[in-house]
Amino acid sequence: MVKKAYGFDKPIAVQYGIWLGKVLTGDFGMSIATGRPVTEELFRALANTVMLSAGAVIAAFSLAFVIGTFAGYRVGTPSDRAVTGIAVIGVSIPNYWLAIVLVIIFAVELNVLPATGMGPRGSETFNPFQWDHFKYLILPIITLSLIPIGIITRTTRSAVAEVLNQDFVETLRAKGLMEAEILLHVVKNALPQVLAVMGLQFGYLMGGSILVETIFTWPGTGFLLNKAILTRDLPVLQGTILILAIIFVTTNLVIDLLQTAVDPRLKR
Amino acid sequence: MSDATVNNLQPKASEVAPALKVRSYWQTVGYRLRYDYMTLFFGFVVILIILSAIFAPLLAPMDPYQSSMLNRLKPIGYKDFILGTDELGRDILSRILYGGRISLTMGILPVFIATVIGGLLGIIAGFVGGRTNMTIMRIMDVFYAFPSILLAVAISGALGGGIFNGMMSLTLVFIPPLCRVAETATSQVRNLDFVEAARATGASTFSIIRVHILGNVLGPILIYSSSLVSVSILIASGLSFLGLGVTPPEPDWGLMLNTLRQAIYIQPVICALPGVAILVTSICFNLVSDGLRSAMDVRM
Amino acid sequence: MDMTETKSALSSVSADDARDRGGKAQPMLIARGLQKHFPITGGILNRTVARIRAVDGVSFTVMKGETLGVVGESGCGKSTLARLLMHLIPPDSGELIFDGEAVAAKDGLEVRDMRRLMQMVFQDSYSSLNPRMPVEDSIAYGQIVHGASNEAAKQAARALMEKVGLDPNLFGPRYPHELSGGQKQRINIARALVLEPRVVILDEAVSALDKSVEAQVLNLLRYLKDVFNLTYVFISHDLNVVQYVSDRVLVMYLGEVVEIGPVDKIYANPKHPYTAALLASRLSMNPDDRVNEPPLIGDPPNPINPPSGCRFRTRCEFAEKICEIETPALPQDVGPMGHACACHMFVAKSGHSKSIMHAAEDVTPSSPAESPS
Repeated sequence: MVKKAYGFDKPIAVQYGIWLGKVLTGDFGMSIATGRPVTEELFRALANTVMLSAGAVIAAFSLAFVIGTFAGYRVGTPSDRAVTGIAVIGVSIPNYWLAIVLVIIFAVELNVLPATGMGPRGSETFNPFQWDHFKYLILPIITLSLIPIGIITRTTRSAVAEVLNQDFVETLRAKGLMEAEILLHVVKNALPQVLAVMGLQFGYLMGGSILVETIFTWPGTGFLLNKAILTRDLPVLQGTILILAIIFVTTNLVIDLLQTAVDPRLKR
Repeated sequence: MSDATVNNLQPKASEVAPALKVRSYWQTVGYRLRYDYMTLFFGFVVILIILSAIFAPLLAPMDPYQSSMLNRLKPIGYKDFILGTDELGRDILSRILYGGRISLTMGILPVFIATVIGGLLGIIAGFVGGRTNMTIMRIMDVFYAFPSILLAVAISGALGGGIFNGMMSLTLVFIPPLCRVAETATSQVRNLDFVEAARATGASTFSIIRVHILGNVLGPILIYSSSLVSVSILIASGLSFLGLGVTPPEPDWGLMLNTLRQAIYIQPVICALPGVAILVTSICFNLVSDGLRSAMDVRM
Repeated sequence: MDMTETKSALSSVSADDARDRGGKAQPMLIARGLQKHFPITGGILNRTVARIRAVDGVSFTVMKGETLGVVGESGCGKSTLARLLMHLIPPDSGELIFDGEAVAAKDGLEVRDMRRLMQMVFQDSYSSLNPRMPVEDSIAYGQIVHGASNEAAKQAARALMEKVGLDPNLFGPRYPHELSGGQKQRINIARALVLEPRVVILDEAVSALDKSVEAQVLNLLRYLKDVFNLTYVFISHDLNVVQYVSDRVLVMYLGEVVEIGPVDKIYANPKHPYTAALLASRLSMNPDDRVNEPPLIGDPPNPINPPSGCRFRTRCEFAEKICEIETPALPQDVGPMGHACACHMFVAKSGHSKSIMHAAEDVTPSSPAESPS
């Protein structure tokens, strides 16, 4: 009986316990759909998702930190309102919809970037430093970076505005420092908070890329998850969710620890 | 002490103060909102969107389920199809109007239920403290191990598709963060002297929560839950997009986006339309929530 | 504020009160061995790693109609004592007798009923009022809790606002942030009085106010005491204010009572070295009486791990071997108006080198008749 081979005849709690026990020894079981070990599929997918999420967060940070600082210096002015408006749109756009729109524009209408997949047909390994491969990354990264752009911009704006309101900035001005030097101080004080948010966003993207990966058929954990849901491939589903949760929690923990290390005031 | 001394000590009931128009907290918030034209405008749009979903049967020019093999994937303005037709020849405008009913319900109802349940749990945890707090908050922490989309997908995946299961999973996703917000707000208020003073009058726990705690924590909870509506709409249509929420042939914005995706090479503009509906709704809810936040940020 | 102005002690003790149960001679409040240790939890298992001995075996009586002042440095347990009296925090041990009835004991007075008879005014006038509630509702709340109709409670609240010197029409519907600190404290006093209590605990009730407002509120408290026939427990770190309002004074150090007695005796002739140091630390109005050296050096020891024997010995100039070995007890047999002090120097043959000398020259009067009246 198939049921017996997979242990489905036992109560769910027992099944879960057995599965957890095996996971601790590194055995995630076999995929029901492909018959291959879950670990093998999972870790290949994980590498692909990390590439995507890291790329998106770095891209988002480079843009958002600049415009966020810009807005933080001009709180209340029209340019600040424009930036805040962009940030609101960033967090409000359904990214799966943006993915479709980007595909329509760049793949269908302009035909300059590939719509789906990872690397040209027949290529064995993915090399992001080669243009032929790299162009497959562009649209997914733009799509995924949208929400982090919105959130990091908001955080930077309020962090910079807050630092500018502190007395030490006034002191620096009184000492006759150049605005550029003051900017350096402001950035240094605002940065830890922004980096923490950036780290959190990385965790979110790792777990939340399912929709975007599905649209771009990017072979990462999200795509794997979607396939597993459709085929009811339980071992893959469980294993992927567990690993993603562990990554998410670990990221948050590391950020917490780093933050207390940087800013001793947070220690109670 | 003689009567004369007593009379001297009797304070005169006349501390100098002009008669002020006294406004309660919520009146102040309303007053501030009345002059926030941005928020008023987007609030108006939100109401318009909700009304058009409610009155979809009156507004929709056609039957949203009526398919036609002849009129498949027609462009905007083709014949009577103001926004064109989908892959089964159904009128897109009618389907977007009807789709609002499901998409908005899936956006608002889970947040509402989660606000009630999560808020209540948070208030209890924050007020009672001790072991009760530990138990409730540690259970909530388990859910924090997952990003919200992943959690929604995982729960829906486990429960199976369908509108009801989709809403259920969204509710479960939103309970922990709301519980945490309520708990934080409550434990801050709980340590203030007026709660201690209320206990000193011999008031029951229930009375203290109802009279003294609720009025002080409702603001932060409502601000937070209003910001969740747009998140909920996005995740709900995301679930439908993955085939985990609404099932065909029901009209739903996320599901429409999914089925139309096959046609991007034929009618690219039409394929993007349901997404515009999601985007506009989500932006409006976000901006209204922002306006509410700044209006409620009164130091009192 | 000199000695002659402090009003005659127990001026209103004899006033009759229909609510009186135990008779005139029965003290309003008797505290016996009240104790509260706060556990400090730590480690991953949240186990108790230490205990803060906030209040450690405190016994005293409050007579009917008197004002008992409670003084001591910050952190000596004054506020914890107030909350223990109100049963806002349950005591670890010890008993409380309210007008002859044990509180929270079997066949005794229930905590809920006790709270009708004893009320409290907090230090922070701002945080002790609900910011989302008109102040008249804050006052009325107490009566509503005890079953009065909204209408009746509001009526009582407005009447009390008149009594504390605030026009109810002008101030009643306002919110706390629209009132000044003094006005808020008047509201807090009205709120405490709305249940018609017999005892009011004033926990640093005037400490946060401006000096001019403080004086107004003190006068108000004095007026209300006569009108409503109240008994006060007045907690403060301000020695001048305590001298002005109190009939008797209780001095606390690190969770223990070190001295108790009539205000004139304690201020004129403090026995315990700690009381003496406290009084010496007051600033003088006379610039020639400049205090150049602090009479008390350093912070009080950690209440988690107090010194053995007499807790004051680490800062006491008279400390000797005996102070380290044996804890001096507070004599309990001095009578309600007696002057008692927990110090080895005042116990004959205690082993302290100065004990006999002191005991000989200063015999503690133990009969109430000897107190000024």
